[in-house]
Amino acid sequence: MSELIVVNISDVKVAPNPSIFVTYALGSCVGICLYDPIVKSAGLAHIMLPSHPDEKPSSQIFRYADTCLPESVKLMEKFGCMRSRMTAKIAGGAKMFKVASDSAFGNIGQRNIEAVKKTLASLHIKILAEDTGADYGRTVYFNSQTGKMTVKSFAKGIKVF
Amino acid sequence: MPISNLEQLNAMHIDVLKEIGNIGAGNAATSLAQMMNSKVDMVTPVVRILDISEADNALGGPETLAVAILAELYGDIHGIMMFVISQGFTKALLKSLLNEEHSDCRRLSDMEKSALSEIGNIMISSYANSIATLSKLNIQISVPAVTSDMVGALLTVPAAEMGSVSDKIIFIQDDFITLNKTISADMLLIPDIDSLNTLMGSLGIEL
Repeated sequence: MSELIVVNISDVKVAPNPSIFVTYALGSCVGICLYDPIVKSAGLAHIMLPSHPDEKPSSQIFRYADTCLPESVKLMEKFGCMRSRMTAKIAGGAKMFKVASDSAFGNIGQRNIEAVKKTLASLHIKILAEDTGADYGRTVYFNSQTGKMTVKSFAKGIKVF
Repeated sequence: MPISNLEQLNAMHIDVLKEIGNIGAGNAATSLAQMMNSKVDMVTPVVRILDISEADNALGGPETLAVAILAELYGDIHGIMMFVISQGFTKALLKSLLNEEHSDCRRLSDMEKSALSEIGNIMISSYANSIATLSKLNIQISVPAVTSDMVGALLTVPAAEMGSVSDKIIFIQDDFITLNKTISADMLLIPDIDSLNTLMGSLGIEL
């Protein structure tokens, strides 16, 4: 098996089978594993914010759910994937801190999850599994041979989706 | 000309932030010594503008367990300050504050969280006061929130909350020496960009 493909914050990596991807320590960020089960090419994206600000067209498109995912799908298609076959597994979007005086604080995780779901729906990509919300950090592995997403956390140990 | 992201800060702006860091750390060391009831010395803090991933690595890698205490800044300046401490430092603090040997930073009791929140409050106030005193701006801080988890998952929160247009954060690395041990503690300052412009303006710094 090849080396681990590391996906940084505001980044996406796409590779042919066999590949194992990892993105470390998702807090309020969301990791999206994209997969075509026929060609087994896979991708992992790590978004930080829900939507791209209109006034800054040049800024990093992979930071935002609504611009990262359509671009990720295009990258997948270059590896022979078909959008109609693509599926997704998502993790992250936690509320890491509870600020007593500000109930709105920490909702960015929830907004990220909603933006990811909305964007995937608009791309007609089905979500097969999710491990989102709650209040703890997650590291996500994605294996292109099995299509399995493995989520590692201090709170829950290792879970496979 | 106002800046629109942290990458545009020049050497002079960094120097100003260093000076704020210096004064803040000095005040913090004094408060810390009183809380811990032991002598606390400090090494000149290092102020850097880092990518979040670089900050992860400076703190031992993204999956390293750490404790973070976060408070919101409001008043004339809007932003977030976060104080990040290692497991070792957390244990030393809990030992001197609660006189307990703590083995697992993953699970903190309410009492431990409350004690750490107080330390965070003092540290964050020390910095906020140094900024307020130098700039004559009105700065208030919220009640701090405490979490222990993977450091990478903690570090992205302030930038995400501020809807930051860049992955850069202002990272003030402090080394305190107490009980013949050097303990690292890091303060993250994530102002919104308008506030950073307000701050530099009040300090009479040309942007």
